[in-house]
Amino acid sequence: MTIDMSQFYQVFFDEADELLAEMEKLLLALDVSAPDSEDLNAIFRAAHSIKGGAATFAFTDITEVTHMLESLLDRIRKGEMALTPEHVDAFLVAKDVLTMQMDGHHHGSSVDQAAVDSVCQRLKALSQGIVADVPVAAASPSPAAAAPEPVAAPVVDADGNCRFRIELPEVPQKDVDALAAELGLLGTIERETLEDKRAVFILTTGESQDNIVAICSFVLDPDDLKITYDAAPAAASASAAPSTPVEDPGYGIFEPEKSPAVAPQVSSPVADAAAAVPAGEVKNYGRRATDKEGASQESSSIRVSVEKVDQLINLVGELVITQAMIEQRIAALDPLHHERLLNSAGQLARNTRDLQEAVMSIRMMPMDYVFSRFPRMVRDLAAKLGKKVEFVTRGAATELDKGLIERIVDPLTHLVRNSVDHGIEMPDRRKANGKTEAGKLVLSAAHQGGNIVIEVSDDGGGLNRDRILAKAKSQGLPVSDAMPDADVWQLIFAPGFSTAEVVTDVSGRGVGMDVVKRNITAMGGTVDIRSIPGTGTTIAISLPLTLAILDGMSVKVGEEIYILPLGYVIESLQPAAVDVKEVAGQGKVVKVREEYLPLIPLYQIFAIDPRFEDPSQGIIVILESDGKKAALLVDSLVGQQQVVVKNLESNFRKVAGISGATILGDGGVSLILDVSALLRSSRQLNADPVFF
Amino acid sequence: MSYTTQTQTSMEAAGESAGNEFLAFTLGREEYGIDILRVQEIRGYEPVTRIANAPDFIKGVVNLRGTIVPVVDMRIKFDLGTPTYDQFTVVIILNIGGRVVGMVVDSVSDVTTLTPEQIRPAPEIGTTFDTDYLIGLGTLDERMLILVDIDKLMSSAEMGLIEKLAA
Repeated sequence: MTIDMSQFYQVFFDEADELLAEMEKLLLALDVSAPDSEDLNAIFRAAHSIKGGAATFAFTDITEVTHMLESLLDRIRKGEMALTPEHVDAFLVAKDVLTMQMDGHHHGSSVDQAAVDSVCQRLKALSQGIVADVPVAAASPSPAAAAPEPVAAPVVDADGNCRFRIELPEVPQKDVDALAAELGLLGTIERETLEDKRAVFILTTGESQDNIVAICSFVLDPDDLKITYDAAPAAASASAAPSTPVEDPGYGIFEPEKSPAVAPQVSSPVADAAAAVPAGEVKNYGRRATDKEGASQESSSIRVSVEKVDQLINLVGELVITQAMIEQRIAALDPLHHERLLNSAGQLARNTRDLQEAVMSIRMMPMDYVFSRFPRMVRDLAAKLGKKVEFVTRGAATELDKGLIERIVDPLTHLVRNSVDHGIEMPDRRKANGKTEAGKLVLSAAHQGGNIVIEVSDDGGGLNRDRILAKAKSQGLPVSDAMPDADVWQLIFAPGFSTAEVVTDVSGRGVGMDVVKRNITAMGGTVDIRSIPGTGTTIAISLPLTLAILDGMSVKVGEEIYILPLGYVIESLQPAAVDVKEVAGQGKVVKVREEYLPLIPLYQIFAIDPRFEDPSQGIIVILESDGKKAALLVDSLVGQQQVVVKNLESNFRKVAGISGATILGDGGVSLILDVSALLRSSRQLNADPVFF
Repeated sequence: MSYTTQTQTSMEAAGESAGNEFLAFTLGREEYGIDILRVQEIRGYEPVTRIANAPDFIKGVVNLRGTIVPVVDMRIKFDLGTPTYDQFTVVIILNIGGRVVGMVVDSVSDVTTLTPEQIRPAPEIGTTFDTDYLIGLGTLDERMLILVDIDKLMSSAEMGLIEKLAA
């Protein structure tokens, strides 16, 4: 299968944009002294999701930054490290860098590698050494924190970049943010806060001081600004910078330039220096140009809330019914006298049909949309881990609601990665266990009993019951050794649960399964794990069919019309009277092609007055589910149509033998039969009245 | 739809905010009142799709602009009046904690405002409704409204409309 991955880029970028925006929102709202663990988890998950997506598309630079971000967040989340304002600053900078990288991939705008390196080192530094005393430093920056002695001469690094130290007067926070963002366009910017709450930027840029002053003057009076050269050479020492805030503005730093008139003179050497090494600024201008281009591309797709689409679908449904009513009324009119009205009505009918199709197509997508992302990811991952994996997808044509499809992507990504990373063993180990060298990973989707079931199954080592239990105990989860397997497997969905010994950038943080479970539960689905040690693991996601489209066969019994999901229907026929046999105490059986099938009279189950009680006068529909066949007796077949499944439970409760409802063309409601339940009940129809 | 699932809240709110406006309707010869804020709309009776093996008073489900809504007939449930279905039969569509339910009654009269003083505690006997589901009796000139706590009634196990309580 050849896949053009770029068709999914847009989805990734949209998703990542949302996640980044979400992350920023959470970061800004975070109470540093008492961070809400739920918020931290949310930030962490956002970073994790971006990492996962980036890895899928092989955007290694993004993966790198997110991985570091994630490592740091993980430690904070687990309480190994206290959150400080510096962390938040670093996260925000990292977020900006990620946005820049994303733009780089998306619109081809250039990426400031120095900024990337600097943020990486900053994150690394935060997660390592400076950890211990960070809380102190944040609370009251001690003067002893060894500020590097700033020198008077501008320091120009290899890229022609200079480090400026820009001290702002007291301005509102939003202005500081705006300014930081603006200055960030010039180069790398780092932020610090002075004791008196004033902000200080350390800007590494190839731009001249003039330009900086010019930008600042949008927001504040340049006279209040103190711009000095920072001693530390740019990119190389960027990591050290956050840990060494310069507290006292008076400390050996250049005299503030009180008058703008002085600025040009001071800046001239900088400008010269920048000109001498031209590498620096070209990219900055280039980037701005592409930003505009990007804006026009973004408008090619809109993300709309599922609710709005639902509303649209419902309204169109109503419109179709109204249109049908009009058609019915005017059919009685004399075509000679009302020719124009009839023509208009015909046009309305066509337009309505087109509109309905168009609206429905917004929602429905084949699973292939999700599945086709994976072969590449599996291949790359397997290569990285030195494993051999044969990847198979089944049921890629199964249609699923777009809302569900979008939300199933992340969980599936996690599950597939987990399977490759933990499930499938190394080739030599597989050989030793008498398996083929290449592990098999199957991704399948199918409609099953009113649900869509998506399975990720591997023929790897299976889950390790003892290890999961041991880990659960060490985490203080309420477990006992006597727990059934199914319950033990569910433990891996606990937040922060991971039995992997090594945390790699592939998996092992225990965040994946947490997210999987959360996402699927949010969709109203369930996750089941079946695992046999040494044989493999299957993770089955079962989602409700709500709003999924179903090919249905409508059948009539008495006055009622029911929908049978076509997938269960094998054939329908009218049996000869001789083929229907009574089995003492067991109801009736029908002989169809030398096979005796139990007869399920629908009228009896649903207590309806049928037109025909005699099977040889009605129609039997042969159904198959879970390998069992049965014959359903109905009065007549009405037709075959695609129906939109509606949930009966949203306003009512579960009804035995019914999996949902749908709205017919005439506006009436028709119930969809739960074939699996019907077949199950047929086996105990006489013994046990399942239906009340 | 706009009334998706923003569950609960209505339960608690009903008790206190029940002070103001009530929709009056009749069942047989008795006049009842329910909190107007629970009423989404009032419609005529449309043919329903029967639900097999459901109690008699659950008439079935109807399509309300794309939403599947169950319809209960209070006349059957409380054995009041004669359940006839014609163009005068009225269905009150209620929205209770995000769940939409249709309720068939004999007729709807008007919306009345009752002050707390006009509401007397319900007597222990004498009405078809279990006193648990009553807010009280509202007096309005010569009329007497039996004020029903519709949230409580519709969510009750007795009505069997909601899974967790019914099971």
